[in-house]
Amino acid sequence: MPPRVDREKCDGCKAEEEPLCAQICPGDLMVLGENKKAYCRAARDCWDCMSCTKVCPVGAIETRAPYQLGYHVAKLIPMMGTNTITWTCIDINGKVERFRYKNRTT
Amino acid sequence: MAKDLPKDLKDIPTEVIETDLLIVGGGNAGCFAAIEAKKLNPNLRVTIMEKAHISRSGATAAGMDAINTYIPEGKTPEDLVRWSRSQVGGGPIREDLALSNAQNLNEAVEDLEEWGLPILRDEEGNAQYRGGWDVSIHGEQLKPIMAEKAMAMGAEVYNRIAATSLLMDGDRCVGAMGFGVRDGKFYIFRAKAVIVSTGGACGLYKSYTSDATSSHHQTWMSPFNVGTGYAMGIRQGAEMTSLEQRWVATRTKDFCGPVDTISVGYKSSITNARGERILQERYAHLGGDKAPRYIRANAPMEEWLAGRGPTYADTTHMTPEEVKDMKTDYLNERPAFVLFLAARGQDITKDPIEIYGSDPYVVGGHTQSGYWVDIERMTTVSALFAAGETAGGNPNKFVGGCAAEGKLATRGAVKYMATVTLPELDTQQVEREKERIFAPLLRGPEFDGVSQTEMEERMQRLMDEYAGGTSQFYRTNEERLDYALKHLKMLRDQTKFLYAKDLHDLMNAHEVIDRLDVAEVLVHHLKFRKETRWQGWQTRSDYPDTDPKFDCFVESRRNKETGEIEMFTRPYEQIVPGDRYQP
Repeated sequence: MPPRVDREKCDGCKAEEEPLCAQICPGDLMVLGENKKAYCRAARDCWDCMSCTKVCPVGAIETRAPYQLGYHVAKLIPMMGTNTITWTCIDINGKVERFRYKNRTT
Repeated sequence: MAKDLPKDLKDIPTEVIETDLLIVGGGNAGCFAAIEAKKLNPNLRVTIMEKAHISRSGATAAGMDAINTYIPEGKTPEDLVRWSRSQVGGGPIREDLALSNAQNLNEAVEDLEEWGLPILRDEEGNAQYRGGWDVSIHGEQLKPIMAEKAMAMGAEVYNRIAATSLLMDGDRCVGAMGFGVRDGKFYIFRAKAVIVSTGGACGLYKSYTSDATSSHHQTWMSPFNVGTGYAMGIRQGAEMTSLEQRWVATRTKDFCGPVDTISVGYKSSITNARGERILQERYAHLGGDKAPRYIRANAPMEEWLAGRGPTYADTTHMTPEEVKDMKTDYLNERPAFVLFLAARGQDITKDPIEIYGSDPYVVGGHTQSGYWVDIERMTTVSALFAAGETAGGNPNKFVGGCAAEGKLATRGAVKYMATVTLPELDTQQVEREKERIFAPLLRGPEFDGVSQTEMEERMQRLMDEYAGGTSQFYRTNEERLDYALKHLKMLRDQTKFLYAKDLHDLMNAHEVIDRLDVAEVLVHHLKFRKETRWQGWQTRSDYPDTDPKFDCFVESRRNKETGEIEMFTRPYEQIVPGDRYQP
């Protein structure tokens, strides 16, 4: 379930060296391109942990199910709050579900 | 990132870091090891060598929805050992290790709660158990929580350093070496004691979805845990135990998500195409729902083999509230499974969740494959300790047990360190390693070689078809194992053709080298155990029955002079009384 980067939204974290997604990816898969936008260098190798999607400060990263496994098009969007996380899920029929819970106590 | 790649070995800078305790791998066990060291002695220099970024690395990177072992009131550590023993068919297990882990388990879980992990509790404040031993958590932040604690305690963290070898002084481990995946430098960490906590080995076998280009890593274990910790020890002649007891799990099909969440958490039955409740109807004599873990893991695949697939976790009884709770559990552990269900447009109260067997793994925190360690968690290599998935002999550790073992390994290491001083750095050894590490990067643009992806895929298919992978319903035999060994040898010889076009590639090249070393030892273990003790985890079609002769630990050691893998056994010792086959 590799990440896709929205080129309009991504500002490369204005980083000189490493955007947050590149810093966090456990597989060393996110890279800053020459156009200063992040991209996933090997969709094949993603473990769909969604760390990049959660950490992106501008919501530019979407984790997408590969078509070989799931149909077009479903979305799962995390929003990080203070000690909470809110997820919005939209299935291929347009059904929306929302989940919000505490992910830390302190 | 190093923009200009080196053309020559002498262009590569070397960093030497001196520390007291080196922890290789800052996952769950590694973080707990570091925190414990700083608790025992704040002045101790504690260094973590981490391949990824410590905030989201290791098996818990995506989070967790439960702590699988937390001893409830009224039960004892001995009870947990009895349960663990029965889950692996009566063992043999290392009961000394299991007991010490069980005695330290609750403290580790309570540490996590104190640092901010939400453990779900009822109105009276009692932890919410979903099975006999496992408590529900909202563990989306599990890894950041423990990483932040390790850093706050003063552990020095080196992110994006791929470990490649142990640093040795004769037979004693005095550190580790590796390279910076970002800065391209050669790193030497010198330490009085080393804890290896790099996690298990994923990706030895082919995942059945790997034919699809964007889903090569539909795996149960983190695919970035490649077994480097084992490989580094194997190359130094460390004794390994029980590698043949592979972990295979029942998983949701196509998307490799957890099934315990549904079957244990929401009492869903495992069913086949005919709607039969497989465990109750076909495995009642082995304990039904409470049958040993390998039986439950293997059962759905036996249905497919017998022509009774597909197999399901029956969720059609669930209420909308339960569905919401279950999806919340998934969002805490494998969030993309919720996305997968949405991408199938699946209403699980109408269509049950399909399940299938995973590819096999070497993971000493789940089964018992890994380093042979003493009660202090020292391996057979002096000054080298193991914790978590790397330490063998003691299955069913899971998150809490691996955390507890991190603490135990540190206690052992700190005791040991008081007796030693650092020797001079062996410059010949480090120069040899530097050359070995960077060779794939320095082959030049004209080099006609092999990419790590090609070699990895060759190895994974070989293991899948010949060493008992998913496509073969986990079965293997002597002839297939011999074939696997012959080709693994050829692959190992061909690693000299591996080339890397950047530092990421170089990391991947070393990962395939490490996997090959682990795979070779694993195949020797599978060959030695000429019986079938744990169907699915270890199935020999040429020896389908249990043989009392193998009621012992199967051990291996690579001979450092000849490179041969030497096999032997160790006896089982029952410490906790009771029927071995009953919890």
